[in-house]
Amino acid sequence: MSRLFRLAIIAICLFTSSLAALGGKEARTIRFAMTPAFLHDQHALLAEWRDYLEARTNRPVEFVQRDRYRDTMDLLQQQKVEFAWICDYPFVMLKKDVRLLAVALNEGKPTYRSYLIVPARDVQTHSVKDLKGSVFAYADPYSNTGYLVPRFEIKQSGQDPTSFFKRTFFTWSHRKAIDAVAVGMAQGASVDSYVWDALNKVRPDITAKTRVAWISEEYGFPPLVAQNNVPDADFLLMQDVLMNMKNDTHGRLLLARLNLTGFIAGSPKLYDRVAEMMRLFGER
Amino acid sequence: MRLFDLSLRFKLPLWGGGLILLTALAVSTSFIVQAWDNLNQDLLQNAEDIGRTMAPSLFPALLHDNVWGAFEIVSLPFSANPESAIHESLIVIDNDKRVYVSSMPEKHPVLSELAELGPDYQALASDLPMASDAGIFERAVRGAQRIFVAVPIANDGVRLGTLIVTYNKSLLWQRFSRLLNGAFWITLLVLVVLLPITFYWGRRMMLPMRLVTDRIRRIGGGNLEALNPALYPYQDEVGQLYVAYQTLLSKLQEKAEFEKEMVKSERMAAVGRLAAGIAHEINNPLGGMLNAISTLKRHGSPDAVTQKTVSLVERGLSQIRDTVAALLIETKVKKRPLTPGDLEDVRILVTPAANKQSTQLSWSVELPATLPLPSTLMRQLLINLMLNAIAAAGQEGHVSVRTQVDENRFLLMVGNDGKSMQPEQLGRLFEPFTSFSEQGHGLGLWICYTIVNQLGGTIGAESTPEFTRFNVIIPFEPLHVTDPAQNLPD
Repeated sequence: MSRLFRLAIIAICLFTSSLAALGGKEARTIRFAMTPAFLHDQHALLAEWRDYLEARTNRPVEFVQRDRYRDTMDLLQQQKVEFAWICDYPFVMLKKDVRLLAVALNEGKPTYRSYLIVPARDVQTHSVKDLKGSVFAYADPYSNTGYLVPRFEIKQSGQDPTSFFKRTFFTWSHRKAIDAVAVGMAQGASVDSYVWDALNKVRPDITAKTRVAWISEEYGFPPLVAQNNVPDADFLLMQDVLMNMKNDTHGRLLLARLNLTGFIAGSPKLYDRVAEMMRLFGER
Repeated sequence: MRLFDLSLRFKLPLWGGGLILLTALAVSTSFIVQAWDNLNQDLLQNAEDIGRTMAPSLFPALLHDNVWGAFEIVSLPFSANPESAIHESLIVIDNDKRVYVSSMPEKHPVLSELAELGPDYQALASDLPMASDAGIFERAVRGAQRIFVAVPIANDGVRLGTLIVTYNKSLLWQRFSRLLNGAFWITLLVLVVLLPITFYWGRRMMLPMRLVTDRIRRIGGGNLEALNPALYPYQDEVGQLYVAYQTLLSKLQEKAEFEKEMVKSERMAAVGRLAAGIAHEINNPLGGMLNAISTLKRHGSPDAVTQKTVSLVERGLSQIRDTVAALLIETKVKKRPLTPGDLEDVRILVTPAANKQSTQLSWSVELPATLPLPSTLMRQLLINLMLNAIAAAGQEGHVSVRTQVDENRFLLMVGNDGKSMQPEQLGRLFEPFTSFSEQGHGLGLWICYTIVNQLGGTIGAESTPEFTRFNVIIPFEPLHVTDPAQNLPD
């Protein structure tokens, strides 16, 4: 009789402690905003990455996906997410609200470029200046390589970016800007070199319909940021997990599928060139 | 030879094949017409569905100038399976009739004038109503390459543009010809299967008919050939034809048999009449002559030579009388019924003749009582038959006599194991002066025939290599008694 009683006590204790553990985990979910700065429509890969982060941080991780940078910027400013992978243009704009968490290594360097792409059959175009009066696709008004760079180039050549093209439109992602050129809707688009290169690996049939007509200088790679109110412990934990991805098999596998070589802590100085271009535009 | 004179063997499969072809054509034609109708209806329905579902979602895209969003909407129907889409393209135009976005952006560049896309589009551009409250507009002109269905993109009375669903007739025709092709091959397959079946069936149907026809044609030539009923075991019209042919055949055979009997009995009757007539004519003077000789012998006193001559004449006349008497069977002798003793007498009478040849006689005669049959005639009948049988059986032969008494008839069978008779002998057996042996005048069986005939019975002979047998059947109450009113001299 007393033995049975003891067993029941133990069972109850175990049950309540496991409940407590569950409750504790639930309370501290990490929300991570993902943007079209990379091929964010590879949902299976994203789910796997999320599972990986959950296992490494020992915390529930939620990926929040928004197409427009502006939406993600709002989420950061309203503190609805802890971390976000954004473009360098929004990072410069939000400099006061966020901290640089990590920078991905693209082919071993924390940099990327802007590609001017045109339909494959167009062999004349070698610069955005050749596309005057055409239909042009922008990725996002808060994109560096997909918006700021081509406009900057046009402005540098002494023309007005607002009337340079016959028609412009936003596709709200680099990936879709590539599509727009591939199907022949736009005669040109400016896209993230990292997205084009990654797409070239998974869907070479789409990139084959486009031609890279011009390559920009290097810019700091789209950064992963933390909003200012994230506790230091969480910040360091996430930074540690990301930077150690290249040190285990599963992490390396995920990095390979993301077409990245790793993450480093990075420095805000990487984005000075973008800030300079923005200032040039702002002076106008 | 005309077409309709062809054998049914060919006509049946030809008609069957023709009907099948006609049916196949009719079915295919109706199918094709139906398919074309359905395709056209599908097309308009499809256009309306697309318009109704897409126009509302295109409205905000146009409102927010979201070109890419609009493109994603119009290219949606083509993304899953470009081959199965029956429409060629979806074009959104603005209120200035310029291309806002198209599912074929290379052919219909952004901002190009609708009228500049081609002659069909030019005609459409001039016809298209642009009022903000206009309904769905359809343009399907006979000569044009394309069919257009235009759905306004409007909300709350504000029209932002127009969605144009275009159909290429060549695409429709391609789809339709695929259907046609399928129908053609299926029809061909059905024909390939059905025509040989019809041909085989026709031939099979006609084979028994042909056999019957052949047989009937040969009946004219007197060739009565039976048909194996196993050739056609069914009860339909052809089966009934077989049965009818079989009946006809047996009737014809019966008739031929009957005619043969008729001819034979008429011949016998004619012979009988002739014999009786002649016997009668001879009988009368014969009586006188014998009377005269008797008178001469009793009352005259002839010399030796005359006496010798008269005796010679008397013996000759006596022989003539015997012969004539044999030809004239007297039935009206006093009628004493037949008793078992009568038959026993006959056995005793005949036994010496049998013994002379060492003939074995098997006698199984049993009369229950007296029978209402004339004993004299019956005795004569039995004697004649037995003497014949003993003669035919030959040395150490075997003769059997059996009788049987039924309710109303008397059966007599006399058999021997002598030489069998030929069919032609059997045919003329009972005719007078027909002898098949050296001894005998050939009247014995004629007498038997006449007696049996007069008693209303039948006599027949059967002969096999093993035995020859005469069968006599005499009813107890003869229906008729012929009256040869002869009187024989004593």
